[in-house]
Amino acid sequence: MAFVVTRRELTWWENLYIGEIIRGVWITSRHFLVNLTRHAAHAVGLMKDKRAMVTYQYPEERRPMSPRKRTRHRLTKRADGSPRCVACMMCETVCPARCIYILAKEVDNPNIEKAPERFDIDLGKCVFCGYCVEACPEDAIRMDTGILELGALSRQGMMLDMETMLASSPTPQSDLLTRRSA
Amino acid sequence: MNPFWTALAIKLGVATVLLLGASTLLFIISWAERKQSALIQDRIGANRAKLFGVRAWGLWHNLADTLKLILKEDYVPPTGDKFLHTLAPFLAMFCALASFAVIPYGPTMTLFGQSFDLQVAPLNVGLLFVFAIMSIGIYGFVLAGYASNNNYAFLGGLRAASQMISYEVTMGATIVGLLLCYNTLDLQQMVVQQGELLWGWLPAWGLVLQPIGFFLFLAAGTAETKRTPFDLPEGESEIIGYYVEYSGMKYGMFFSADLIESMVIAALAVTLFLGGWQVPFLAASGVVLPGGASWELPHLLVVLLQVGAFAFKLVLLSWILMTVRWTLPRFRYDQLMKLGWTFLLPISLVNILVTGAWIVLF
Repeated sequence: MAFVVTRRELTWWENLYIGEIIRGVWITSRHFLVNLTRHAAHAVGLMKDKRAMVTYQYPEERRPMSPRKRTRHRLTKRADGSPRCVACMMCETVCPARCIYILAKEVDNPNIEKAPERFDIDLGKCVFCGYCVEACPEDAIRMDTGILELGALSRQGMMLDMETMLASSPTPQSDLLTRRSA
Repeated sequence: MNPFWTALAIKLGVATVLLLGASTLLFIISWAERKQSALIQDRIGANRAKLFGVRAWGLWHNLADTLKLILKEDYVPPTGDKFLHTLAPFLAMFCALASFAVIPYGPTMTLFGQSFDLQVAPLNVGLLFVFAIMSIGIYGFVLAGYASNNNYAFLGGLRAASQMISYEVTMGATIVGLLLCYNTLDLQQMVVQQGELLWGWLPAWGLVLQPIGFFLFLAAGTAETKRTPFDLPEGESEIIGYYVEYSGMKYGMFFSADLIESMVIAALAVTLFLGGWQVPFLAASGVVLPGGASWELPHLLVVLLQVGAFAFKLVLLSWILMTVRWTLPRFRYDQLMKLGWTFLLPISLVNILVTGAWIVLF
């Protein structure tokens, strides 16, 4: 929808620049001094609760993740340790990137029609939309491992197999964003 | 000893001190600028380079960057002019460094019975020399744009030329008011004159004599060195400047020429307006307070204090210029021209008029 942006006319004082420049220099200097003081205080172990920067020193320091953040997939298990997945192909069908490959097999349990023989995800194709999680009627696939570093040196290396996905666990609570640290 | 060799040795010593001081300052200022911008923007800045297990708050990044720039491929565009393309960064660098030669960084010093100025080239037309050299420096940037055979670089070079020439007019006009006050073009003489006291207590610094001139000089000087908010010739992030086609150490030379140039402008502003190496109430013999009380100090200590004062003022002014750099957004080109020709130039002309009238009347 189009709308009119009303621009305020600059006052005489603002047009003179000088006062505004001094105000701007004051703002930047204040940021500088506050951050410098905090860095100095951190160095001697004070004011640890006040951050001196908004950036994170990534490999050493990680940003807390939102609990609903979609990260690498995992497959959930039944009480007996077998995969919850019944190979219904819902996720494979809904996947917009077509990165899920399921090979079904029959099982003896009369309550479960099928189980996956293989369950592969090509992470090189996955767009992390989370549709597979939404589509799953058995809550068998989740995207809550908290694993973000998915790089590999080959295309084959980007393939994620069922064993890895079954062995994964959810994100530790400590890595999650709590209401207090938000 | 042969007086010629003595004189040569003294000159070499003075020049070495200046060169070492300038390159150390360059090293520290480029680091300070990165860290300062980081803190201003709530970041932490470069801090990964490690030497002997010491990170030193990212101080080594300059070394790492220099090494990287030296090792990088030096690409010359095949359709460009190879000779001029190579000449341009050298010209820019040379002119930036050469202007330092006439800046006095200390008083007349007596060492081992030899008396000499702490100034590489005691020219009696020092100020004109700086302006001449800086005007030649423009060629470096124009040639860089021209020799790259790239339209973006060419336009950047044109912008550099017109901007630097426009602001040189203002700078020249600003200086005239100062020349009327000092009656000399010799920078060392100017600094000596700034040691005098007005009404017996106020140091006769250029800032006191020409307060408007000081701010005009700073504004024009920032434009002259192509620093933000006047960095239209470069505009590396979006409008693209004259050194697009430069890589490796040639790019590094443009980068450091820029930094050195801004240091030259800061040094010049210190020399002209902030009393150069003068410390208030510190004469050659020692501390002399306005009331008449005095306190003898050894000659070497006085010289050391005064050189230190020069370095301190230089760093302080560079700091202020850097803060302004990280505060203001870039001007649009028409705004830049308008500011230079219709705002700064008329004010500097009025400044000359008022100064002249003052000197004639009083």
